[in-house]
Order: sequence, then C-alpha cells, then structure tokens
Amino acid sequence: MSREIITIVDLKRDFIMGPETVHALKGISFTVKEGEFVTIMGSSGSGKSVLLHILGCLDRPTSGIYELDGLNVKDLCKDELATIRNEKIGFIFQSYNLLARTSAIENVELPLLYSNKVSSAEQRERAIEALERVGLGNRLHHTPGQLSGGQQQRIAIARSLINNPVIILADEATGNLDTRNSYEIMALFQKLNKQGITIIFVTHEPDIASFSSRTIVLRDGLVIQNDKNSNILSAEDELAKLPKQDAML
Amino acid sequence: MKLLKLFKIAFKAVILNKLRTLLTMLGIIIGVASVIAMLAIGEGSKESIRASITSMGSNMISIQPGADVRGGVRRSRTEMQSLTLKDYEAIKEKASLLSYVTPSVDGGGQVINGSNNWPSTIYGVNPDYLSIRVWDLQSGSMFTDADVKSAGKVAVIGKTIVDNVFLEGIDPVGQMIRFNNIPFKVIGVLEEKGENTSGLDQDDVVIAPYTTVQKRILAIDYLREIIASAVSEDEAQNAVTEVSGILRVQHKLAENEDDDFHVRSMDELISTSSSTSEMLTILLVAVASISLLIGGIGIMNIMYVSVKERTKEIGLRMAVGGKGSDILMQFLIEAILISITGGLLGVILGLGSTVFIEKFLHWPTSVSLYSIVISFAVCAVTGIFFGWYPARKASALDPITALRYE
Ligand SMILES: Nc1ncnc2c1ncn2[C@@H]1O[C@H](COP(=O)(O)OP(=O)(O)OP(=O)(O)O)[C@@H](O)[C@H]1O
Ligand SMILES: [Mg+2]
Repeated sequence: MSREIITIVDLKRDFIMGPETVHALKGISFTVKEGEFVTIMGSSGSGKSVLLHILGCLDRPTSGIYELDGLNVKDLCKDELATIRNEKIGFIFQSYNLLARTSAIENVELPLLYSNKVSSAEQRERAIEALERVGLGNRLHHTPGQLSGGQQQRIAIARSLINNPVIILADEATGNLDTRNSYEIMALFQKLNKQGITIIFVTHEPDIASFSSRTIVLRDGLVIQNDKNSNILSAEDELAKLPKQDAML
Repeated sequence: MKLLKLFKIAFKAVILNKLRTLLTMLGIIIGVASVIAMLAIGEGSKESIRASITSMGSNMISIQPGADVRGGVRRSRTEMQSLTLKDYEAIKEKASLLSYVTPSVDGGGQVINGSNNWPSTIYGVNPDYLSIRVWDLQSGSMFTDADVKSAGKVAVIGKTIVDNVFLEGIDPVGQMIRFNNIPFKVIGVLEEKGENTSGLDQDDVVIAPYTTVQKRILAIDYLREIIASAVSEDEAQNAVTEVSGILRVQHKLAENEDDDFHVRSMDELISTSSSTSEMLTILLVAVASISLLIGGIGIMNIMYVSVKERTKEIGLRMAVGGKGSDILMQFLIEAILISITGGLLGVILGLGSTVFIEKFLHWPTSVSLYSIVISFAVCAVTGIFFGWYPARKASALDPITALRYE
C-alpha cells in the first residue's frame, strides 16, 4: 500500500494575545497517504487555515508531532524548511499573497528564483506553461492590480504548480471562482492527483468536497469527522453537465 | 547563478519603486555632496590664508628703530637714525638663526618713462630681499652684491609700474626709467602678487640696491629698517630674542635701559590668522557633520520604513522557499545599489557645486580626498546597514508571521 506522507498527532496551536490565549488547534490527529485528495471543511474560524499553515511548514505547532514524508518537522532548521517549501510543497493562500505591481509571469516564477536547479530560461517557460494550465495564457504580463479576484486566485494556483510539488496545500483555492471556473480548477487538481500529487484542499463548499477522496471536518480546533468518500465525482464529467456558457446569457 | 538571480530581483525592486529609491538616494546625495562642498570651502580658505601669509614671508622678522613704548612720546620712525649699517653688519655676522638679512630704506617719488609717470615707492635693499619676501622674478634678473657695492643704478620693478609707465608690448627689461630724476636701468620684473591681506598693492614697487637709494635718492646714511628671515617659522621667536640681544650689545644699552629698537616676527599675525582659519574649518566640519548626520538619519528612516513596509513581501518570499540568507542578500544588494549609486551621484554633485562655488562665487576651494572618502563611506555604510538590519529582523520571523504583518 502507499505510504503515509503526513502524520500529525495531537497537534496544538495557541496564540497568545496579551492576557488571553486563543486555542486555534486543540489537539488534532490524522494521517494522509501519498496520492490522497483530502478536503478539510469546517465553519469559519474553526482552524482550517492555521492547520494548513502548519502542514505547509509556514508556522510551527505549539505542541504535538508533525511528520512530513518521514521527517519530523520539529527537528528541521529554518533553511531545511525553506528547501522543503521550495521543492516539495505548493501552497495556495486564502488571500493569494501576490506581489503587487509585478506581472503574472514574474509572480508565478517566484519560487524558482530561490531554486538552484532551474535556469532563467526554463523558469520562464515553466511559468508560461503553468499560467496556460489555469487558463491565463493571455494575461502573462498583467499585474495583480489589473486582474479580477478570480484571475488573481488562478495566478496563485499557477504559482503553486511551478515547482512540480509532491503535495499541494490549497486554502479556499476556488473561493472566488464561479461554478464553471472552480470545476475547471477541480478538474486540473484531479488530473494532478492522478499523476500522484497529494492534495489537501480547504473549502466551504460541499460540492467541491465531493471531488475528493476523503473529507476531514473541523470544529473549534478539533476534528469532528474524518470519512472516506465512497462516491468520488469526476470534475470533468460535472463540467460537461453544466449548461453551456451561451445558454447562461 | 543564484546570486545573479538575487541581483536581478534587487535591481527590479529598485526600479519598481522609483520614487522611494529616489528619496533614499536624495538623502545620500545631499549628505555626501554637502560634506564635500563644505570641506572644500573650509580647506580652500585655509589654504588661501596660509598662502597669503607665506607670500608675505612667514619667517620674516622686522627690526625698526625706536622703542616700543606706548604712552610715551615717540618720534616718527623716519626721524630716527638709530639703526645703522653697523647694526646690519653685526646682525649678519653674529645671528645664527637667520637665513637672510637685508638693510632697508624706502622713499616715495615719481617713476618716469618717456611721457608716462606714476607715483610709487622705491625700496633700497640687498639681493636677499626677494628670498625674505618669497618673491620671484617674472623676467630678467635681480641685482647682485656687486651692484650694491658699486651703488649701481639698476632696478627691479613690479607689475603695476610696468603697466603704468610702459607701453603695451614693450619688454621693460633693459629699458631705462627715472625715479625722482635719477635714471635706473630696469633689469628685472617681479612676478605679479596682487594685493596683500591688508589691501596693499604689492606690485607697486621699485627695488634697487640700498646703497643707491641711500646716496642718490634719500641722501641718508642710516637705515629705516632691517629685514631678515628666520631659518624656520618655529625659530622665528628665538631669532627675535637673539637679534634683540645682538642689538642691545651693539647699542651699548645698560641693564636697566629699554630697547631703542623694536624687533617683530610675523608670529602674532600668523597665530591670529591661522587660528581664524582653524576655527572656520572646525565650524564647517561641524556643519558638514550635522548635514551628514541628518542625511544618515534620512537614509535610516527611508530604508527602515521601506523594509518594514515590505515585511509581507519578505514573508511571501520565504513562504515560497526563500532562505533567510537569500532575503538578506537581496536586501543587501538593494541597499548597496542605492547607497553606492547615491554616493557616487553625491560625489559628482559635490565636486560640481565646488566648481560652481569657485567659478561663480570666487570662493577659494580645495577638494580633499578624505572628505570624499569619509562622506561616501558614512552614507554607504548607513544605507547598507539600515537596509540590511530590518531585513535581517524580518527574515528571522516565521513566514506566516511576516505575511500577517500589517
Ligand atoms: N496569528 C493569529 N493570532 C491570533 N489568533 C489567530 C491567529 N491566526 C488565527 N487565529 C485564530 O485562530 C482561529 C482559527 O483561524 P483560521 O484562520 O484557521 O480560521 P479558518 O478556519 O481558516 O476560517 P475561515 O474559513 O474564515 O478562513 C481564529 O479564531 C483566529 O482568530
Ligand atoms: Mg481560512
């Protein structure tokens, strides 16, 4: 069987805000196997983003164990974490986090700037390819300020794909897209997943969750549900079922 | 390759924020330029004061007849006859701290050449005179000891005389002039000196052997003055003491009698004027330091704010795999680019305004290498440090903390 790529045990994250302490994660445990497509759901403020940041090695847990690909993240130094983020993880932020006044192509290239393995020419090629994959082949030189929210979100998605990650962590990656666009993105994710990339996808929408193989539900910093999905829908098929765009007009 | 990439990122950031870059640079440019210009003015005036003192002969010692008594009845110097050639000979023979000595007599009169005439002063001296005054000849030669011995009717004249009694284009050397109707052959022309610090035209002189002036023009046998130069500026004061001693013996003055002569070195003048120029320089250095400090604070401020403002960007760069060292390197390159470019522009502006001050305000200036080095270094170091330090702080944060920074 496929091995476990993520193992977390009793993960806690507290935020100390002056006299108060916010317990964002109160002890979360689960495992994700290589090649899984997991969605994380839960109401606003339940701790989804906080959890995903920890999984993405952007933040550290207050306590608990996090093993990524057999490595105990706690033991890794900052530079090792940076290398992991650079080479293994594709992260899509809820708030996009694009560089202002910087073209789409340069935003997408960003992770490769910090990689020793890719030449400038290849970097550009891969950025264009990634943007074409998310349907922005005609917006290469637009800056975030000149693009819609959904287009910015797709740049963020393209950026997460550029380093050919083994795991993609997406925080509401379709939150700003209409049904057709989000299904297209889900079809892309399903295709990447078929190629063996592990995907953890945070979402509010149940129909998005139905494209994944498992759904974990959080509430108040705890896991309240962790179920395999018996009926995985194909985003490609659902896309075909949607009424034609002309018909919507 | 990574360094090249980082350089590109840094260069882009500099280009992308033109206004910010310009403002930062402006602080550096003005800081560097003002220090260079200030110090150039300070150094320039110091040098010009020093030069004008040296041009008067900084080692010069003057011996005049008459006691230096204030309040008592003093006869005018010209009436006194207590300074004689014997005194001169005694000084010349016995004084060990003097390098040159000359007797001096002077008198006013008309310089005439053809139909031109000009009122001037004739100085009767020996050939040492030029060395004492540190004057040079522009053409011709100085008269010799033989001319002095024979009371030769030869003269060396200043530029003002040349301009006023000779037609343009005529070489005065070899020509005849008359001073108070006594004919002199012009054998040399003095280099132009301009006015001295008290506004006296130093080129309005006729110099001839003192014997000639004594006998043929003034008809006297005493001296108006003995002028000497000490072996060095440091020895000037000792030379004054030595000469006084010699003259007291020469004049057979008893223990309780006051001097009947007055020996002065240029010391007083030198000390006052050099302290003035010292003070001016200190003042200018103070002003320059303040402007450099203000420039430095401006650089700190803008660098600090601009890095703070980009904490989110730093967070993102780290989130996609930038290491702390990459981020630091990027900001360091950026700071170096801005600081060095600003510093160079500052040097150019500083040198330019110095030239402007010299050309259009006619202030003496002198650019010193150390002012360039110091101001450039201070600005570059401040710029680099304050570009680097906040970036270092930001890059020590967890990426998500930096990303959340508002
Ligand atoms: N840096 C922080 N400092 C203090 N509290 C924080 C911080 N980050 C998150 N929290 C708190 O942790 C809790 C969980 O936040 P989180 O962002 O994970 O919610 P979420 O599930 O992603 O919500 P949403 O669906 O609205 O994005 C919230 O109560 C939030 O206030
Ligand atoms: Mg969230």
